[in-house]
Amino acid sequence: MNCITIDDEQMARVIIKTLCSEIKTLNLIEEFSNAIEAIKFLNENQVDLIFLDIHMPNFSGLDFIKTLKDPPKIIFTTSDPKFAIEAFEYDFIVDYLLKPIELPRFEKAIKKAQRFHNIQSSLKSNQNTQIKNDFYVNIDRRLIKIDLPSIYLIEAKGDYINIKTEEKNYIVHSTLKKIEEKLPTSLFLKVHRSYIINVKKIIDIEDNSVLIKKDVVPVSRSNRPELMKRLDLL
Amino acid sequence: MEQPNLLYIEQLARGEQDVRKALIDVIKSEFPEEKEIYYKSLQKKDFEEIKGNVHRIKHKFSILGLEKSYNLANEYEKNLVDGYLDANQVKDFEAILAVISKYIKTI
Repeated sequence: MNCITIDDEQMARVIIKTLCSEIKTLNLIEEFSNAIEAIKFLNENQVDLIFLDIHMPNFSGLDFIKTLKDPPKIIFTTSDPKFAIEAFEYDFIVDYLLKPIELPRFEKAIKKAQRFHNIQSSLKSNQNTQIKNDFYVNIDRRLIKIDLPSIYLIEAKGDYINIKTEEKNYIVHSTLKKIEEKLPTSLFLKVHRSYIINVKKIIDIEDNSVLIKKDVVPVSRSNRPELMKRLDLL
Repeated sequence: MEQPNLLYIEQLARGEQDVRKALIDVIKSEFPEEKEIYYKSLQKKDFEEIKGNVHRIKHKFSILGLEKSYNLANEYEKNLVDGYLDANQVKDFEAILAVISKYIKTI
């Protein structure tokens, strides 16, 4: 998880940095001594987790969370227990750590944050799969629906692509790059500059080619490692 | 009087001398600055500022294992929130600051 810390006290930031270095899954990418600088950073960067102090001069941690449109998970780090109830009114507040923070308590908070993060990622991935179950292509001024799982191969042919499905083939005026953006990465893989395959439809693989249905598709050397990663090898 | 210690720092550093040194260096540089700012706010009798500075400094108390002093700072801060500056608390707080100032010269 990529994270940042916001605390006006340098000592508190160094402690968070030290604690983060003990957790392999955490990547502390930036630290801020005030919330305004952090807002600017978050306008251009995405993070998974924020360690946030509440008491800061001029602009408090509670002021800060009210400015967030799409807040990541937040762990409060404070010396003051009195905001705990208010903090948990926000569903993106994962935990509330009282200073001085000790490693076992920190690890517990991170496990909690990781659980939330995993649930969110899996929800996003499910939504992605659900939404992208089919798409429409424009052929001779007709919009034709194609079921994504039925596609086994997409081949570049000059200014056109040939979409091969179980039932029939569709020649569409488009590029491999454009269609690749619409395909779920869980199912499809570009194995060559002219070919995208449905990995679920592979019959066998030789050194530099895969057999899909009756098509032998070349696999370029640079794409081979990714292909091998996708296979469930014994 | 309660004396500071490095137990928390040692725990965090887990035997790594570089980490231990980095943490101690931050205390040594940040504490005198915070102390100075605190005294300035006290001179101005700016309660908001005094409160903020006490809040920052009390974290150092807990890092240095000063539990009783931390509780005292908490009470001092609460009174400041209520707009009340207790002369005895000011004196006790100053005494703790002096102990820490002396201690950090030895580490």
